[in-house]
Amino acid sequence: MTAHGPHRSTDSAPHLTRRGLLRAAFAGAGFAALAGCSTPVGAGLANTRLDPGTVDYWNLFGGGDGVRMQQMEDGYRKAHPDTKLQAVTLSWGDPYYTKLSLATVGGKPPNVAVSHLTRMKTLVQAGLLQELHPDDLARHGMTPDKFNQRAWQASLVDGKIYAIPIDTHPFVLFYNTDVCEKAGLLDSNGQLVPIVGEEAFADALTKVKQVTGAYGATHGINADSASCWRLFQTFYSQLEGEVLAENGTEIVLDDAKAKRVLDYLRSLTVEKGLIPVSDYQGAIALFADGKAGFHLNGEWEITTFQTAKMPFSMTLVPNVFGGPHAVQADSHTLVLPVLPGQDHAQLDLSLGFVKSMLDQSDVWAAGGHVPAWQPYASSDAYRQLNPQHSYAAAADTAVYDPPGWYSGSGSVFETIMGSAVGGVESGQFSPDVAIAQIRSKLSVLAKTAPPV
Amino acid sequence: MASTTEAVDRIRPAPVPGPARPGRPESHGRSAALFLAPFVVLYVLFIIGPALYGLVMSFFDTSMVKPGLRSFAGFDNYAEALGSSDFWHSLWHTIWFTILTTPPLVVLALVFAILAERVPRGRWFFRLAFFLPYVLPSAVVALIWLFLYTPALGLAGKIVTSVGLTEPNWLGDQNWAMVSLAITTVWWTLGFNFVLYLAGLQEIPRELYEASAIDGAGPWQQIRRVTIPLLGRTTALVVVLQIIASLKVFDQMYIMTDGGPNFSTRSVLQYIYDVGFTSYRTGYAAAASTLFFLVVLAISAVWLMLTRRQSLGWAAKAGGEG
Repeated sequence: MTAHGPHRSTDSAPHLTRRGLLRAAFAGAGFAALAGCSTPVGAGLANTRLDPGTVDYWNLFGGGDGVRMQQMEDGYRKAHPDTKLQAVTLSWGDPYYTKLSLATVGGKPPNVAVSHLTRMKTLVQAGLLQELHPDDLARHGMTPDKFNQRAWQASLVDGKIYAIPIDTHPFVLFYNTDVCEKAGLLDSNGQLVPIVGEEAFADALTKVKQVTGAYGATHGINADSASCWRLFQTFYSQLEGEVLAENGTEIVLDDAKAKRVLDYLRSLTVEKGLIPVSDYQGAIALFADGKAGFHLNGEWEITTFQTAKMPFSMTLVPNVFGGPHAVQADSHTLVLPVLPGQDHAQLDLSLGFVKSMLDQSDVWAAGGHVPAWQPYASSDAYRQLNPQHSYAAAADTAVYDPPGWYSGSGSVFETIMGSAVGGVESGQFSPDVAIAQIRSKLSVLAKTAPPV
Repeated sequence: MASTTEAVDRIRPAPVPGPARPGRPESHGRSAALFLAPFVVLYVLFIIGPALYGLVMSFFDTSMVKPGLRSFAGFDNYAEALGSSDFWHSLWHTIWFTILTTPPLVVLALVFAILAERVPRGRWFFRLAFFLPYVLPSAVVALIWLFLYTPALGLAGKIVTSVGLTEPNWLGDQNWAMVSLAITTVWWTLGFNFVLYLAGLQEIPRELYEASAIDGAGPWQQIRRVTIPLLGRTTALVVVLQIIASLKVFDQMYIMTDGGPNFSTRSVLQYIYDVGFTSYRTGYAAAASTLFFLVVLAISAVWLMLTRRQSLGWAAKAGGEG
C-alpha cells in the first residue's frame, strides 16, 4: 500500500490508529459507566440502589388530570427540596397494571404507585401490596375519620388497610353553555335543566344537533372500551342491573335490561346520528370545537376544556331510565408495592409523599375529581368550587365495577364489555349478538381458576 | 444460459486439488470456542434456558404472582388452548395479517427497487426515502399513523374524502382495522426488502441486459426474462424473512388498537401476552406459545423443503454438474 503514491497521513504527524481508537472508546465507556452508576439506568444495569432519599412514584394519569398531578408533584418538590422525586406516567389501563405487577414480582417496584380501587383488591390477593399499619399512618396524620367513608370502607380488604383513597371519579355530562342556551336547554341560572327519561335525553340531543349543525353529543367509541363500558354501566345500573356475582365466578347479566340499554344507545348513534363514532381524543376535540353540545366522559377532562377556553359546565349524567340515580365511578388510591429490604426511613418518605398528595387535594379537585380527603372536601373552598361541586353528589351514588380477579378499571372485563357495547354503537353488530358475545367471553373467564 | 455459467465460474476460484488436510491445529479450536463463549453463554441463559423452562411450565398451573410451578396440570393447558376460540381467532388474525402484508411487501419492494435502479440521477435520495421509515421505532410509527387514522380529523380520511369516497372507520371497524394496520406495516418495513432487492439487482451482470437488447428484447421483457429469474434467491430470502416477521407481529396491534376493535386485530403474541402477563396465567400462556412455536416451525419446515429443491438446482447449475 505504501509503495504506490502518497497516502493520506504522514508518519511524522500523530494519526489515529485502530488500537488508539479502541483504547479511547473503552476508557470513555468505563468512565461513563462509573459516572452513571447513580442514575436510574446505571443503577438498573449495575443492580445498585438508587440514592436513598428518593421517592419513586408511578401513575397512569395522562389526560386532563395528568396536568394536575404534575402540579402536585412540583408542589411536593418545592415543599421537600432535599428529597428527590422520580415520577413516571405510564399508559392507562392494562399496560400500567401489567408493568406494576411485573416490577413488583421482579423486586424492583416503585415506592408509591397509583391504583384504582377496583384493581387494588386483585393486587392484594396477588400479594403485591404492603399492608399499611394504622400507627404508621397516624404518625403522618392519616386517620380513617379523615376520609370519605364510602371510599375508605370500600378500600379495606379483610379489615386491613392496603390503600389510601384520594378521590372518587364518576362519569359526568359536560355541556357547552353557549350551544345549550341557543337550544333552549338552560334555566334562568344558566344551569342545565334536569333531563329525565329516554325521550327527553334524545330530544335534548336533537335540539343541540340543530344548533351545532353536526352532532348532539360525543363520547369515545373507537378503541375505547372503557368509555363504552362506563356509559353502559351507568344506564344499566339505573335499571338496577348487575353483571357479575360471587367474585366474578357467576354471570348475572339481565339480558332484557341489557338489550334495553343497547337498543337505546344504538338509536342515538346508528339510527338518529346524534352521537358520532370517534375515538377518545376525537370525541374531546369535537366537543371542544363546538361541533357537539354534550360530551359524556369522566370528570377528569375538565382541565382539557378549561385550557381550550370554551364555555362549558358539568353536571350529573341524566337519570335516563328512571329508578335510583346511579353512575359508574371508580376511586384512585395510593398504594405501596411490596419492596424487599425497605427500611423505616424509606417507609416514612413514601407515606410523607402520600400525605403531601392528600394535602394538595385542592389542586386534584380542580382537576375534576371528587376528593376523598375530608379536611378539604368538607371545606368552604371546595363547596364554592364550580362546576365541580355540582356533581360531587355522584360520589355517593357511585357504582363500582363488580369484584373479580379479572375485573376492575382497564381490565379484560371492561375490554370485553366495552368492545361489545362499542360494536353496537358503531353499528357493526346487533344488541343480541353483543349479549351473546359477552356471555360467551365472560363465561370462559368465570370458569377459569383465579391465578391469584 | 451458457454465458451465465461462465460468468459465475470466473468469479469463483477453482477448487484446490489434493488430499484433504488432516485435523486443524488445536489452538484454533480453543480460541474459536473462547470467542464464541460470551455469545453462547448469553444465548443459553436468555433464550434456550427460558424456552425449556417455558416448556416445563406449560404442564403446570403456574401463576406469575405466586412462587414455584404450583400444581401439575398435565395437558390441561394445551387442551384449553386448543379448545379456546380466543386462541384460534388470534391465530387466524396473525395469518390474515401475514397474507395481507407479505405480497405487497415483496412485490412493491421489487417494483420500487427496479425503479430506483433505473433513475439516472439522485438515486441516493430514493434509496434514503424508501429506507428511512424502517429506521423508525415501532412506537413512533404507531403514533404517526394513529394521527393519520383519526376519524373525521386525520389526514388519511381527508385524502379519501377529497376523491369523493366515504371515509372508512380505519381503526374502529372490525373489517378495516387489520387492513389499516397492514398499510402501516407496509409503509414501515418496505425499506428492508427494498434494500435486499437493490443488492440483488446490482449482482446481475450488465452484459445480460445488453445482450438481450441486441436480441430485440424490450424493457418489460428484460424484467420478466432476465431480472426476475436472476433475483430468485433474493426473492426466496425476502419471502421467508417476511413471513416469519409477520407471524411475530405484536407492536402495531398493541399500540394502535390494543387488539381491538372487539379483539379483531389481536395477534397470537398479544393473546399470549394478555393471558400470561396481564392475567397472570403464565402456565397457560406457555402452553399457547409452545403451540405457536410448533406452527412457526411447521411453516419454516415447509418453506425449507420448497427452497431446498430450488437451491439444489442452483448448486447443480453453478458447479456445472448434472
